[in-house]
Amino acid sequence: MTTQSTARAAAPTRKVNWSDYASQFGALGVLIVICVVFAIIEPAFVSSVNLFNVLRQVSIYGLLALGMTFVILTGGIDLSIGSLLALAGLVAAAVYKGGTGLLSAGTAGQAQGFGLWAAIGAAIAVGVIGGLLQGLGVSRLKVPPFIVTLGGLTAFRGGALLFSGGQPISTFTDEYKFWGQGMVGPVPVPVIIFLSFAVVAFIVLRYTRFGRRVYAVGGNPEAARLSGLNVKNITLSVYVITGFFAGLSGFLLSSRLNSAEQVAGVGYELTVIAGVVIGGTSLFGGEGGIFGTVVGILLIGVLSNGLTLMNVSPYYQQILVGLIIVFAVYLDQLIKRRR
Amino acid sequence: MDKHSALLWMENVSKSFPGVQALENVNLYVNSGEVLGLIGQNGAGKSTLMKILSGVYTIDSGELYFGGQPLRIHNPHHAQEIGISIIYQELNLMPNLSVMENIFVGREPGPPFFVSRRRLEQQTRAILDRMHMRLRPTALVRSLSVAEQQMVEIAKAISRDVRVLIMDEPTSALSETEVETLFEIIGELKRSGVAVIFISHRLEEVLYICDRVTVLRDGKNAGDVLVKDATRDDLIRMMVGRSLEQFFHRDAHLEAVAAGGADVILEVQEIVRIGTPVNPAAVVLDHVSFNLRRGEILGLAGLVGAGRTELVRTIFGADRRSGGRILVDGRPVDIRSPVDAIRLGIGLVPEDRKAQGLILGLAVRVNMTLAHLDQLSRADFVQLGAERRLVEEYIQRFEIRTPSMEQRVVNLSGGNQQKVVIAKWLMLNPKILIMDEPTRGIDVGAKSEIYELMHRLATQGISIIMISSEFPELIAMCDRIVCLAEGRVTGEVARAEASLETLMHYCTLRQQIVITEGTVSL
Repeated sequence: MTTQSTARAAAPTRKVNWSDYASQFGALGVLIVICVVFAIIEPAFVSSVNLFNVLRQVSIYGLLALGMTFVILTGGIDLSIGSLLALAGLVAAAVYKGGTGLLSAGTAGQAQGFGLWAAIGAAIAVGVIGGLLQGLGVSRLKVPPFIVTLGGLTAFRGGALLFSGGQPISTFTDEYKFWGQGMVGPVPVPVIIFLSFAVVAFIVLRYTRFGRRVYAVGGNPEAARLSGLNVKNITLSVYVITGFFAGLSGFLLSSRLNSAEQVAGVGYELTVIAGVVIGGTSLFGGEGGIFGTVVGILLIGVLSNGLTLMNVSPYYQQILVGLIIVFAVYLDQLIKRRR
Repeated sequence: MDKHSALLWMENVSKSFPGVQALENVNLYVNSGEVLGLIGQNGAGKSTLMKILSGVYTIDSGELYFGGQPLRIHNPHHAQEIGISIIYQELNLMPNLSVMENIFVGREPGPPFFVSRRRLEQQTRAILDRMHMRLRPTALVRSLSVAEQQMVEIAKAISRDVRVLIMDEPTSALSETEVETLFEIIGELKRSGVAVIFISHRLEEVLYICDRVTVLRDGKNAGDVLVKDATRDDLIRMMVGRSLEQFFHRDAHLEAVAAGGADVILEVQEIVRIGTPVNPAAVVLDHVSFNLRRGEILGLAGLVGAGRTELVRTIFGADRRSGGRILVDGRPVDIRSPVDAIRLGIGLVPEDRKAQGLILGLAVRVNMTLAHLDQLSRADFVQLGAERRLVEEYIQRFEIRTPSMEQRVVNLSGGNQQKVVIAKWLMLNPKILIMDEPTRGIDVGAKSEIYELMHRLATQGISIIMISSEFPELIAMCDRIVCLAEGRVTGEVARAEASLETLMHYCTLRQQIVITEGTVSL
């Protein structure tokens, strides 16, 4: 190939950098090792039922993590997703039942509202609008993303409480529950949704102009701007994307739990950020990707599932996940320093 | 004068950095109560020398004497302890603390763990009164003007019993009356026996305030004269030297350009820009006008702070302008962002390749096509095959040395990184390419490749605006050179008349010289 001939004629430069890939595949290695260890200690872990169970457990976190990957790749952060999810779930339930929480109490199992698709659409609309507002705050008002979405974390939770009047909206029809609880063959529906969107997000980041620009903005916003990229709009759009996933997840969680609750999703943002970071996406932006995020989220899910099977207290699990987050990022920095 | 009687004596001081001999056997001395001017072109070694004195760098070889005793400066803190203080152009104050807290930071009077505000205020007032500085000790630093903040820095140095005070371009951000006040303070310092080293591009001021001038050129001594024996022209001659380095010389110029008959492609009229992050009232660009012809290489010459980079960033839409018009092909255009500039066929190779030109963590391929994605995409999908072919073509054409197009640009040498930036713009077939310090920090071989490339582009009819701090480079490359000083156009030099002396003359020219003899008592 011509590239190689150029290289040979040239001054000695470095060959392929395997360490370039380490941050993406490092987490995969850890995941495989953990799976093997669990399989040896607890054979029940590898049953297909249990594996799909793990996938189902992580699918909501996973969807949120897909959006979070976009935001973190631009060097931002979104702390509001858990609250936005709760608000979107309540709106979906209310639309489906044809009234807000208080009005709809007791109309169990009857669809008198605006139908399933309206409910899903409403949840996503709530998420997108919430994301849009925050994106405007970050890109136009220049308030740091941490602050804007910290505001969102509080405000959307308040919105959820206000909207529901403090009451959950529960018990839906099968049509509604199917999306969170149903199966297609042996595969849980949320898993199908998660994996489908993961593929889409992967393709967008890797093969589209928009994906390219997300990396560029995160890698060096000034260079991106001087290359004619509309940094403001790209920044805005990633918050809309997290909002979209928060909205969709809000609906799915209400379906899975057969109840939309104002306390849904509390603390999800931290688990999701942990998954993205363990997967090798740099909090400084410009590096990482969907593949790593899926692995990172699976790692958290597998760890918690395996340890539960082994009857390890959930308290220990939290400590372990905490240590893994720090260790994963330390490992990542170590690799980069070598490079 | 010898090493035992001078207050500070530096002898045969050398300092090198990877690939650069920054200082070579430099001698410098200063006496108590003397104001020494230190001048030289950009990159002459002034900053390196000052950083050695302030303890930031250590010397490779040479000797330092302070008060007749051999001296080693270990670190900036040590330099301050022995009485050498430096006031940088970028002031180092804590904006949210008061004047007195800034002056005595880390040395506040009072019992352990406590501060006596009364004593703090008294001690501050004593210093301010002695120096005739009209400042309130309790005023917050962020509420002060740049000139007043500079006074705080001086007061801080005095509070540490300064014996040698180095001031780096202290007048660059000051108004004329503020300069006079500063000179009065320097007079005070002089009377109290402090040695002042005054670094400035403003030769009039150097000739006015200094007793003696030391000139550096290319990291070596280029002269040491008493001000009473020197003229402005003498100083300029010493700064530029006589030798013109052998650069790549453009021989074949477009005839139309040489004759001055080529179409004017870009007209810049009365561009004004006011305000820097530090000083919202500062005049950065003051009614700058020039034009650029098709196939011409136009140089922008100026010393640090002349406004060259600010000018091109304003034209490119990277920074807002406060006034003025830009015409492309004779039509007025409204450039509000780089997107607008790019649409009009203007590209910018920025001054700081790593911070502004490249996304270091991404591949050569991604960096090169970043501005070209619209043309390479179908329905938002980047056509990877076409992209690879295009990148491969440019890697070949510019002989970019990289193991593959997937290499992260951070691993490339400076020259190859610069070629990636240039390739990014050439993919767009620009009409105008602005190159800000295109050869800074790259080795000699890569430099001449870039010169050749620029020459080739100009012959193809692309117009180039070239900024360089190296005058010989401008003289060798440009058809015409516009000189800037302090945000104003001070002269335009045609290729035939370009010499180091004329450029230096225009670049050190202030429009009005208002310091009149006798207004300041020394």
